[in-house]
Amino acid sequence: MALYSEKVMDHFLHPRNVGVIEDADGVGEVGNAKCGDIMKIFLKIDGGIVTDAKFSTFGCGSAIASSSMATEMIKGQPVEKVMELTNKAVVEALDGLPAYKLHCSVLAEEAVKAALKDYFDKNSIPYDPAQFPDAPSCASCEMH
Amino acid sequence: MIYADNAATTKMSPRALEEMCRTAGEIWGNPSSLYGLGQAAQEALTDARERMAKILGAEAKEIYFTSGGSESDNQAIRSCARLGAAKNRKHIVSTAFEHHAVLHTLKRLEKEGYEVTYLPVHENGIVTPEEVAAAIRPDTCLVTIMFANNEIGTIEPIGEIGAVCRAAKVPFHTDAVQAAGHVKIDVKEMNIDLLSLSAHKFHGPRGVGALYCRTGLPLYPLIEGGAQERNRRAGTENVAGIRAMVTALEEMTANLDRNAAYVRSLRDRLIDGLSAIPHSALNGDPEKRLPGNVNFCFEGIEGESLLLLLDQAGICASSGSACTSGSLDPSHVLLAIRRPHEVAHGSLRLTLSEENTEEDVDTILQEVPRIVTYLRGFSPIWQDLQSGRRQHLL
Ligand SMILES: Cc1ncc(COP(=O)(O)O)c(C=O)c1O
Repeated sequence: MALYSEKVMDHFLHPRNVGVIEDADGVGEVGNAKCGDIMKIFLKIDGGIVTDAKFSTFGCGSAIASSSMATEMIKGQPVEKVMELTNKAVVEALDGLPAYKLHCSVLAEEAVKAALKDYFDKNSIPYDPAQFPDAPSCASCEMH
Repeated sequence: MIYADNAATTKMSPRALEEMCRTAGEIWGNPSSLYGLGQAAQEALTDARERMAKILGAEAKEIYFTSGGSESDNQAIRSCARLGAAKNRKHIVSTAFEHHAVLHTLKRLEKEGYEVTYLPVHENGIVTPEEVAAAIRPDTCLVTIMFANNEIGTIEPIGEIGAVCRAAKVPFHTDAVQAAGHVKIDVKEMNIDLLSLSAHKFHGPRGVGALYCRTGLPLYPLIEGGAQERNRRAGTENVAGIRAMVTALEEMTANLDRNAAYVRSLRDRLIDGLSAIPHSALNGDPEKRLPGNVNFCFEGIEGESLLLLLDQAGICASSGSACTSGSLDPSHVLLAIRRPHEVAHGSLRLTLSEENTEEDVDTILQEVPRIVTYLRGFSPIWQDLQSGRRQHLL
């Protein structure tokens, strides 16, 4: 069996929403170079709707595919809905990831949430901080 | 397809393959049986042992056939450790960048009460004989240092290290899995007491190897059972695999100089070409390296995505990134030569053989720069390096 599902390979080989948004309303960056993956997500938000999302990712195939899939999943969605994005949903949409790559999908979820938090902060929109636990980005790495 | 991962394994040579099939088909008796069919197999084995010994500068009775490099390494180290313990010597000298077959065996011995000195390797991937000499203690029972490194291809000064160990009367083992068939080896001249090799790294079959152990140095079995291999390695011999291994090694040895000159010229063209990629660096000494080994770090990208895209372009290569090893840390070899983690994640190993062509090199030199540029194009690290938010390390 191949390492990755066809969906993962499709999103890796043809990543959607690659790039940066210069005048983004929210930017989130998670991961660290030492661990081998960094994800940065840029959001454009208009009237409570994520109208555009782009990403830059340094990382393995599944990190790139997870970023691509996550941006696809949140584009056009209301902010409240985007807040509910889970790494599990990203994995399911990708038809699964190998167990030791699951942290890539966690990074995707964290990057999206970090971008939303940035948007809330910039616009003084109140939120429940409990919804943004101190991003233990790269938790697996720090455990090590 | 361009196969540039010959350090991982090699394609069997047609002659070795033919010998394997012929032997398996015709000489299929058990070498321990006393009737003709068995004795024919025994003779085939004896002949193979003599031929392998000749290539290494050893005697036939010093060659033990095994299942490969890992087993040979395990047995050599475990046997010397046991011998040392009997004399109350429980210290071992090695390096930080050995293959895991060596390192994990040493780690296990540490848990069992042995002490191991892991010599740091220099940034060019070499350890010096002086450093080895300085690390040897009165209670040292083994020095184990690889002949050539499997990731960065650096060739260690084995003859000089052998001389140091002989003078100190400490057994010297070398993992020559990457060297055998590619560089000249003479166990007597180099004062090697134990040597591991593996058939599949020189166009023989996978799952067959050998351990050389000098006469006079006791060798304990790792695998207990029957009396095969003069009681040092139980198990009915893989006669077909062993014959194929010897056939391949003879072929490689006969053509060694010519192969090395050709493969080296391909290697150096690759090194020159890849060096033109900005913020890249060759890993390991440019001269003291295996003829076919090219290993680079590229800043701002991650190795696994590079490999996947190379695969799409029909190029088989490998990387020392954490993601490709399934672990969290990048290659211990790259860390040992002091590449920072973030750089070590972006490594690429291309290992050539005499089967590669100038056209292969042309293609690789087109594809690697293209893919590196593409991946850097959406790498946040690269963006930070470009904007000055992050300092270049290469
Ligand atoms: C340096 C070195 N030692 C040991 C081994 C293990 O050899 P084998 O795969 O035959 O067990 C390898 C091959 O991966 C190697 O490159």
